[in-house]
Amino acid sequence: MNVITDALCPFCGCLCDDITVVVEDNKIIEAKHACMLGSAKILGHCRLGGNNIETHHTIKEPMTRVDKNSNFKEVSYDEAINEAAEILAKSKRPLLYGWASASCEVHKKGLLLAEELGAIIDNTASVCHGPTGLATHEKGSPSATLGQIKNRADVIVFWGCNPVQAHPRHMGRYSSFARGFFSEKGRKGRKIIVLDVRKTDTAKMADEYVEIQQGSDYLVISALRAILSGHADVVPASVGGVLKDQLVKVVETLKTAKFGAIFFGMGLTQSKSRYKNIDNAVSLTFDLNSFTKFVITPMRGHYNVTGFNQVCTWETGFTTAVDFSRGLPYYNPGETAANDVLNRNEVDAAMVIAADAAAHFPANSVRRLAKMPLVQIDPHWSATTEIANVVIPTAICGIEVEGTAYRMDGVSLRLRKMIEPTHLTDEEVLERITQRVKELRGE
Amino acid sequence: MELLIKNGAVYDPVNGIAGDRADISIKDGKIVEKVSSGASVIDAGGRLVMAGGVDAHSHIAGAKVNLGRLMRPEDSRIGLKSRTKITRVYSGYTVPNVFAMGYRYAQMGYTTVFEAAQAIMKARHTHEELEEIPIIDKGALTLFGSNWPTMDYVREKNLDKLAAYVAWGLLASRGFGVKVVNPGGGEMWGFGKNVTSLDDVVPNFDVTPAQIIVSLMKANEMLRLPHSVHLHCNNLGKPGNYKTTLASMELAKQIKPAKDRQVLHVTHLTFNAWGGTNWGDFESKADEIANYLNNSDNVTTDMGQLIFGSATTMTADGPVQYANAKLLHAKWGNGDVELEDASGVVPIFYAKQISIHAIMWAIGLELALLTKDPYKVLLTTDHPNGGPFVNYPEVIALLMSNKKRQEEIKTLHEAVHKRTKIPGIERELDFNDIAIMTRAGPAKVLGLLDTKGHLGVGADADVAIYDIKPDQIDPSVEYAKIKSAFQSAAYTIKGGEVVVKDGQITATPMGRTFWVDATVPEEQTEIMMKDIRMKFKNYYSINLANYMVQDAYVTHPKVVKAGAIPVKVS
Amino acid sequence: MTLKVTLITGRTISQGVNLENKTSSDYMEATASCELNTKDIELLGKPKYVKIRTEYGDVVVKLKENSSNPSGIAFIPMGPWANAVVDPDTKGCGMPGFKGIPAEIDATENKVLLLKELMARYKQ
Repeated sequence: MNVITDALCPFCGCLCDDITVVVEDNKIIEAKHACMLGSAKILGHCRLGGNNIETHHTIKEPMTRVDKNSNFKEVSYDEAINEAAEILAKSKRPLLYGWASASCEVHKKGLLLAEELGAIIDNTASVCHGPTGLATHEKGSPSATLGQIKNRADVIVFWGCNPVQAHPRHMGRYSSFARGFFSEKGRKGRKIIVLDVRKTDTAKMADEYVEIQQGSDYLVISALRAILSGHADVVPASVGGVLKDQLVKVVETLKTAKFGAIFFGMGLTQSKSRYKNIDNAVSLTFDLNSFTKFVITPMRGHYNVTGFNQVCTWETGFTTAVDFSRGLPYYNPGETAANDVLNRNEVDAAMVIAADAAAHFPANSVRRLAKMPLVQIDPHWSATTEIANVVIPTAICGIEVEGTAYRMDGVSLRLRKMIEPTHLTDEEVLERITQRVKELRGE
Repeated sequence: MELLIKNGAVYDPVNGIAGDRADISIKDGKIVEKVSSGASVIDAGGRLVMAGGVDAHSHIAGAKVNLGRLMRPEDSRIGLKSRTKITRVYSGYTVPNVFAMGYRYAQMGYTTVFEAAQAIMKARHTHEELEEIPIIDKGALTLFGSNWPTMDYVREKNLDKLAAYVAWGLLASRGFGVKVVNPGGGEMWGFGKNVTSLDDVVPNFDVTPAQIIVSLMKANEMLRLPHSVHLHCNNLGKPGNYKTTLASMELAKQIKPAKDRQVLHVTHLTFNAWGGTNWGDFESKADEIANYLNNSDNVTTDMGQLIFGSATTMTADGPVQYANAKLLHAKWGNGDVELEDASGVVPIFYAKQISIHAIMWAIGLELALLTKDPYKVLLTTDHPNGGPFVNYPEVIALLMSNKKRQEEIKTLHEAVHKRTKIPGIERELDFNDIAIMTRAGPAKVLGLLDTKGHLGVGADADVAIYDIKPDQIDPSVEYAKIKSAFQSAAYTIKGGEVVVKDGQITATPMGRTFWVDATVPEEQTEIMMKDIRMKFKNYYSINLANYMVQDAYVTHPKVVKAGAIPVKVS
Repeated sequence: MTLKVTLITGRTISQGVNLENKTSSDYMEATASCELNTKDIELLGKPKYVKIRTEYGDVVVKLKENSSNPSGIAFIPMGPWANAVVDPDTKGCGMPGFKGIPAEIDATENKVLLLKELMARYKQ
């Protein structure tokens, strides 16, 4: 029996690093401290003896098929890698998408392949916090590490996010309930404000719940900014379904905080106005700093969706949605993000890795992916498998392979290897595809 | 691998060579006495030969650099270059991608560059980027000035614990030296406040910036670290701050250096040699600073020269960045790090017709020209705060030519005449001075003179050859040629390998990362660690076991040993 | 009757728990459902299944009660069933319309497609 302490949980953007994993015969039998999401990931779902590999939802062998309506044929890694390389090398406009459930080491290999192919590379931020990146281009990012918030914050705002469901340990470790140097009283010493379009489980735990009419976030932020800057007189009696009195009360709480933190989620990034919501929320944060200290932090979803954006930014200058077809990195979400190029029917082949595009893209995009040569690299059988031609199973990052991941606040940590892998790693597969692509192109 | 550079006009101040024709012999990455007849030969043909450039203060890697890139796609769209068989893509001007960072430094003949600030907690990120910067050797200075353990030990006057913490912090961050930014201010920015003088008391910690600086200097010398404390002064960015800068320099008098170098390096003086009381009567006080330096031997500085055009300010000085963003109505990046420090990123455009910018442009130059000893003023732009490092050749040309300066002054806001001394300064630096400010000086300040910054036997074989024949050029007049030659080295040799020829990258070896392993008596570390463990249990948001930068992130380390007691020889 | 709603999609804990368990009935149970408040459910006549129609497609899912929803707000957990009806337009910034889609909901006797069947539709 092997006990691994201080292990990282490779599920959500909280990247909790206090997991104790018990391993027996290369099987994980226990994951102490992990939440439901983390346990599900680390232990596997079927819990057949706790082995997270030998369950029905993982992919056992590389598989290929020419006709997507036929059954897969199990093949060797060599054959699958060769087939994947041929699809990508032949493509005039390949898309490499995914990267959320993989380490930064995998991202580096992916960016190299994208450069080699002249491909478009995009990660799941595209359908998550992509607009947050755009707002950062517009207004910046006044933020802090999560520990700064835990130690100091006496006012915490959750806007369009639901940590109770999506980031279960966030409130305990970093926000609402966390105790720190200046916040010994934990929840008792804090005011929690939740703004959402429905009374989520997070909203139910708030001191102040502000219910916004769906799609009105931008208006509500603007009203808060107007009140904050002393122009309450121009604010109508009700804004976006919220009474002015409540907005005035919220502003009072915000500006009298000693340290305030705003966490936001897809309620802002995916609603009407998209990145403009975040742009306005960053401006609100900026404005609040004239009164007190305030920071704003996105609730990033996957454990290393942030990492891809970091690596892509330092390697190319751009955060995601990078098009290498000109040789140079070209970035223009709205034009070069995965769903943009799929909507325009530009892409003629795709590789989906460490994400499930078929489950998380709109039908229109999935229809396109379903009709082009498609390579999937993933440990798990997903919706994307159903529409793929080549499926290459890989070892699970953060469980079977170590590597780097970035927490939602940009703190990087090292993922542990908990058990021995039974499959090739993403890194090896990408390296071999890249090598084969070069050979096919006579380089 | 042997290489002979023949017939160069060599400037090697450390070894007393100033333009003499000399041959440089290289074997296995080092400069040697001589090589065999089988060595490959580069005929320098009387052209200028210097050691590879050394930059002791530049922001090249880490969280705030990447936030700068993320905030500025408009910057990344400048300087794009496709990959070649040898090179990856280039992007960016003020915030280049990791590849361009290494290529462009090498193309200028630079071979060693130090990142000026990393928080321990974010050091892994710094090293991830350093690992991907090609060619150059590098390292990173670690922030200590607002760290809670630092302030606790300063308050308790427990230098043993402080030294143990510094040594451990350098190990944890794989850091090279002690960086102090707006000491105490980082903590106060936690609640949106700042310190305003060296003697302000930081609430809850009950220490002053002066006490932090002095204690860290003491610990630094106790540990016999190669580099001294590297200070970004309090009140940076505020008119009248030259007084704080002088007062900070004065603190160095209390300390004796443990090594043959300064005890305090005060950085990017362009931002803290400011007179006046507001933006209206803002003026240069570089002359006062230079005067101080001319009468003192334990403080060094660097220019932080302003370059007109686009820049991206980035610093651990969180409060100054909020003030900047507010003043400029600019986008604002802020990155507080729990228990450690703050940071901020704000884009800026330096304009010739803005009086403040014109005066700041003069400050860096005044400082370099009024300070007699070039070892005391290193050439930097505090990249990318004053401007991007690719402009070093512009700065060299300005320092070498009064004519160029006068031409430039004609294009600037008139304030440069009334509120700076630059129009009347006639001094022109020579190649020897430039070799000191860009090679010997930074190497000495960093404590790396054994292998860097010179061309003596035993030095790393890092060499730059520039397309200038020193005996056939008058830099004062032909400043355009000077600038273009320094922009694009005829050859850059890194560790004995030709990495640049005629300004083009020819090879991209992986450089090394310097970090300092300072020995402290084990029991001292153990006592200190009790406090650290308590801080992780109660205050940090990560576990101690996951804090330290793992070996996987420093694949080509160059460990420099230091310590309070002699290192055991195995 | 036909209920006119604003559709939003998003994460839930059981969607997350089964994120890497897509082929299971647990995943389907977690994501092939639509949440409405009691009043809206009563307006529909408390059916077991509903068909949701938008400009972009239609899908049949199980109906679930969630009294936290205001009237006129329908929530489907993110996933393939929700995405059958969301707005593909990226509004010039790369992000499709996963929230705030005008939709019509009717009771239905039709069955919920399995993931495999749902994906098979796209291959035709």
